Amino acid sequence: MNSGLLSLSYLIGSVSFIIGLKMLSHPETARKGNLYAAIGMTLAIFATIFLYTKDGVGLGNHLWIFGGLIIGSVVGTMAAKKVQMTAMPQMVSLFNGMGGACAAIISIVEFKHMIHMGTDITSNPVMTTTILLGLVIGTVSFTGSMIAFGKLNGNINDKTLPLQQVVNIGLLVLIVVVWIGMVSGFIAADPMVMMYVLLIISALYGILFVMPIGGADMPVVISLLNSFTGVAAAFGGFLYDNSVMLTGGILVGSAGTVLTVLMCKAMNRSLTNVIVGSFGGNKTSGAGSTDSGGVYKEISITDTAVLLMYSKKVIIVPGYGLAVAQAQHTCHELEKVLEKNGVDIKYAIHPVAGRMPGHMNVLLAEADVSYDKLLDMEEINPEFSNTDVVLVLGANDVVNPSAKTDPSSPIYGMPILDVENAAHVIVNKRSMKPGYAGIENPLFFDPKTKMLFGDAKDSLNKLVQEIKNLD
Amino acid sequence: MKRMKSSNLPSSLNPIDMEQILNLITEHFDFIFLLILMIILGFEVISRVPAVLHTPLMSGANAIHGVVIIGAIIVMGQAESDNYLALILGFLAVILGTLNVVGGFVVTDRMLEMFKKRKKN
Repeated sequence: MNSGLLSLSYLIGSVSFIIGLKMLSHPETARKGNLYAAIGMTLAIFATIFLYTKDGVGLGNHLWIFGGLIIGSVVGTMAAKKVQMTAMPQMVSLFNGMGGACAAIISIVEFKHMIHMGTDITSNPVMTTTILLGLVIGTVSFTGSMIAFGKLNGNINDKTLPLQQVVNIGLLVLIVVVWIGMVSGFIAADPMVMMYVLLIISALYGILFVMPIGGADMPVVISLLNSFTGVAAAFGGFLYDNSVMLTGGILVGSAGTVLTVLMCKAMNRSLTNVIVGSFGGNKTSGAGSTDSGGVYKEISITDTAVLLMYSKKVIIVPGYGLAVAQAQHTCHELEKVLEKNGVDIKYAIHPVAGRMPGHMNVLLAEADVSYDKLLDMEEINPEFSNTDVVLVLGANDVVNPSAKTDPSSPIYGMPILDVENAAHVIVNKRSMKPGYAGIENPLFFDPKTKMLFGDAKDSLNKLVQEIKNLD
Repeated sequence: MKRMKSSNLPSSLNPIDMEQILNLITEHFDFIFLLILMIILGFEVISRVPAVLHTPLMSGANAIHGVVIIGAIIVMGQAESDNYLALILGFLAVILGTLNVVGGFVVTDRMLEMFKKRKKN
């Protein structure tokens, strides 16, 4: 009876993952999909605690288990709820790392158990491999995710070692050598010691894998590490012959890989390019490709207000600067006050504006900006040529024409917003410092462009006041 | 099934090896079937996702791979009361797994809550 109920619970859990994930790919059903997957997960967890048996014995240590569940739930919920919207990407990375660490610890305990029981690892290659690969992948995912968290949080800079890729590949080869060596008996050293050696090499690999990759590419890396943790979970599922772990793990491993490739396509870069090249890390890029001795024109708040007020059509391009200044609500204020004056306002959302795909959408949604005003790149690009003013708020690389005109630029080939087709371009930034990709933006020196210096929130507030005064 | 004469085949395709491979597949059929099915499903489920949903989807998938916590629960549940290392490590693993699951689903919901509210307007 118990095992039947457990199997049923695992079946429901597995189905909830599949359907949940499917529903997460459509805007109307996304929220419900998340809920269904959560319910299925909860069922699978509690069913395991009370119904799981091995050799006729159920699971003990209920106090420890519930204690851990409670601590994790409280801390997880608090962290997830309290954190600012702009920190969402880091949180995904953090929790991904937790999952990887969990998988690694499971492998450590099971390996110890296996050795303790006197099992010969060379005569159990499949089981040993399952445990060791779970350890390697889980650890790489953990350390990699922690570095990604640090990068997005601003704590860690991009660092590239000399011969970085050689070192990385070398570590990978070392991992394979130790693994095969242990399983084949070639390496005769104490297996416990070798396991810890594997652990350390994997941890190092995770760090060095993510270190050189630019912050702008972090979302792709996190998606990749996400699928890694899925695979680690699948290995655990194989070890315990646990259907729900296998389903969840393989599904995420597979879906995560597809998602990673999709994200790369949106940036018009290949995955290898992201991993090997350093988008934001290589600051000596395209030198001499732009006239950094160029002249830019400034504009005042008053003049900007007038220009906006008497326009028929304005397109706002939000970027990371808007998020950092937490100016999304003020932006909505501006939108409302301009619309009252008969101006047509739309938002142009570039796929990689901000720090993650959808970042700007979430930000503006928080400010109650209407969904149908947010247009994606393909939809809005044709409209720039009959727009009076483009207001660029804290965006930089996504409106950099070098992507179209300069083959030596690191962002060359990336599809961008064609804001230079509009009649006027006003760029709001705090200073002339380069954006995330660390390169010059010729848009700023274009004759049509005027710079409105200041913090986004502050500038927008002043603009709203000025427009109300002019009213 | 017609048995091929070993002399007609290259030595690496000895019929006995073929049989071993087929036996391996039969032995682990359930797993292989599940593996292939889930990989295909993973591809199918992610097709045609609007760019705007990439991040919440990644967050949701993140929460789902938190199913690894079940392994931690098994480890914890089978640890003998004198095996302090297993108890402590298991406890830690349960906490980490729970963080992945709960944190993951809550973060995903937060990202999506914003969408839902707006769409209704």
